Amino acid sequence: MFRGEIKNKSKNIFLSSANPKDLVVIKSIPKGNYKSQLLRFGIFEGQVVEILSKLPGGTLVIRINRQEIALGANLTKKILIEKL
Amino acid sequence: MNKLSNDQNHTKEYKKMQIALVGNPNVGKSIFFNYLTNIYVEVSNFPGTTVEIYHGTYKNYIVYDTPGIYSVSSFNDEEKVAKDIIVNSDIIINVVDATHLERDLFLTTQLIEMGKKIIIALNMYDELKKYNLKIDVKKLSLILGVPVIPTVAPEKKGFKELEEKISEATNGIINKEILKELELLKELEIPTAEKLLILEEDKPTIVKYADKLNDFFIDKFHFGSQSFKRPKKHLRRRHQHGFRHRFYENYIPENIEEEFTNNFQPHFHKKHFLKKIIRHYFNRDRIYLLRRLYVNSITTKVISPIRGKESISKIIGNLIIKPHTGIPISIFILYLIYLFIGVFIAGDVVKFTEGKIGNNIFEYNLKKYIAYSSSTLVTVKVKNENDSIIKVNSHFFEYGIKNEIDKFHSLENEKIITNSEIKFTYSNPILTILFGDFGILTMTITYILFLLLPLVIGFYFMLSILEDSGYLPRLATLVDKLLSYIGLNGRAIIPIILGFGCVTMATITTRILGSKRERTIATTILQLAIPCSAQLGVIATLLASVNSKVTIIYIIIIFIFLTLTGTILNKFIKGESTPLIIDLPPMRLPRPINVFKKTYYRSYGFMKEASPWFFFGALIISIMQITGALDIAIKILNPLVVKWLKLPEHTAIAFVMGLVRRDFGAAGLYGLPLSSYQVLVAIITLTLFVPCVTSLIVMFKERGPKEGIIIWFSSLTFAFFIGGIIAQIFL
Repeated sequence: MFRGEIKNKSKNIFLSSANPKDLVVIKSIPKGNYKSQLLRFGIFEGQVVEILSKLPGGTLVIRINRQEIALGANLTKKILIEKL
Repeated sequence: MNKLSNDQNHTKEYKKMQIALVGNPNVGKSIFFNYLTNIYVEVSNFPGTTVEIYHGTYKNYIVYDTPGIYSVSSFNDEEKVAKDIIVNSDIIINVVDATHLERDLFLTTQLIEMGKKIIIALNMYDELKKYNLKIDVKKLSLILGVPVIPTVAPEKKGFKELEEKISEATNGIINKEILKELELLKELEIPTAEKLLILEEDKPTIVKYADKLNDFFIDKFHFGSQSFKRPKKHLRRRHQHGFRHRFYENYIPENIEEEFTNNFQPHFHKKHFLKKIIRHYFNRDRIYLLRRLYVNSITTKVISPIRGKESISKIIGNLIIKPHTGIPISIFILYLIYLFIGVFIAGDVVKFTEGKIGNNIFEYNLKKYIAYSSSTLVTVKVKNENDSIIKVNSHFFEYGIKNEIDKFHSLENEKIITNSEIKFTYSNPILTILFGDFGILTMTITYILFLLLPLVIGFYFMLSILEDSGYLPRLATLVDKLLSYIGLNGRAIIPIILGFGCVTMATITTRILGSKRERTIATTILQLAIPCSAQLGVIATLLASVNSKVTIIYIIIIFIFLTLTGTILNKFIKGESTPLIIDLPPMRLPRPINVFKKTYYRSYGFMKEASPWFFFGALIISIMQITGALDIAIKILNPLVVKWLKLPEHTAIAFVMGLVRRDFGAAGLYGLPLSSYQVLVAIITLTLFVPCVTSLIVMFKERGPKEGIIIWFSSLTFAFFIGGIIAQIFL
């Protein structure tokens, strides 16, 4: 499912480099406990997410299904996305 | 006869059906619980204290209130507790926040997949208007296959209907994809709920059924399929045994591939094939993804999505997070907290409760009562307006003051007329332990009831307001990056704020942090560098008497030390800290009832947990006092204090007293003639020095003896090391 997307790697950037008001698609989330935690909030591969604000240092506030979630910078550095 | 009827009652109770109230945090579960059972409960989204479960009876049911969870799993204590209740319950009332259907249905569908009988309370139904949304309740009920009742909890709307339909709770319709997954473990003879948990890599459940799973896999891999070589009989047994043993001891979900590979590999032709099979059986991510997709497909069917306008609460919420507005707002809020706790509670309230009620009324009368008929030395230190002692009168009442009551009254009168203190020294060591200056029934009770309790209530009151308004998660977001430099995430701001109130309270609260690593870092910082309110008061008074340069140097040194400690620990403790993932609920005005309940339950929980340790600490100190160990400690410290820290001899007493209570230590410095820089050296050493005995004991309990000793020892070393260096520079 994701093999095709890895070929187009050049398009993918990390969530940490997204900017406020961007709409992005989540491309990949590294394995680990927080992958499941993110899934429970509705953040997973293929999902469209709205970036609300970005704090200096990189903590991101995103909106997904009317719910606001803050993500730490050390996490957003590991999540691959594609801008819409 | 009596016994028989008791037994019958017992079996009756056993047969009672169990209802569990389950839902995400902050959906209003407890309002339902109160309605059904009329028992007070706490509503909480930030687990500050231990997990306490409330249950009560309703008709023929026992109703359990569970902690708010996002899904049934074992990521933290709350989830583990909730999971156990859910697995054992007969009926589940699932409270769902209608405005966050996408989030909440994740839990709902999981409960349905677990094969539980469910009824859904679609709460906050009225708030949908605010978001310009509409939910097709009938359709939702049809898709899920369970009754769905719209409710508005604060107004009790829909509660009657919910009550009527509790008995209609049914097993819902399980998502086909998940049903396929459950088929994988068809031959395993355990409840569906637990099958699902096993597929989701839930460690406690896997360990619980390790034996059955072991047999199941051996059946599947060794004897079931033709593609695997059947091992020789003796080998088979050995492997079975070895596997079972290792399964119990070392099972970690991340290691499952290795675990299986090592045990079964010799008997497999194809290694890759095996890995695939294992991923097939234990794959939380896959199940979560299937469930998430299913939930999203449901919500697109039942919600008519119209985008609403930005409400005022959203605008405020955004202002708090954005740094250029958020930082000033946070500083303002911290200033308000300081005014409330630092000035009002720690100043005015404690002065009255501790000084007037505790010392002058409670302790004085208790000590006088004890002295009435036991041999006592009464000393009166008469002071003038400047707090310096003019003269000391003392008298030894060999048979208690009742025999020489007039003599005592004349001593007492001297106390009342002038500003002075009266001291009782008992001949009997046991009386000293119980009623002496550090007595368990005198000092400790004053300390707990009249000093600590107002402070703890004050702090939890502020915390509850901040939490209920939705400010706290936003503050955590704002400071996340800063705290990440010392290996913590934004959540750690809570124990740090609490630390300025009471380090013991904060040490207990480090439980909310995500990993052992973070708990160690936070505890170390709290124990070393954060002065508690009692101490802050004295430090502030001391600093007020010297020039402001000293204050600035003090703050800079403590701050540098805090940052350095955190950075070094972050570098050297193995592992990685958990990233911040926090749900930002809408900003709203705190509800008074909620705030008072939270304050009450948290204060009560803390006092219940910590009070015994305060008594224990006081007992140790009292014993040290009468055995002379306290004097020996002072003698040992003396050269260190005089030569290395360049402070007057008596400061050693202040340091050792600091063990009893950190503020005692600093207060002991009041009477000493110190220069500005001597004050600096003394308060720096005291801040970094060992925290009070109670916080020490609680730390040992929370972090274990090995880590406790390391933190304690480094606290001692750093206090004298850094204090000394400053002494060498400035003095």
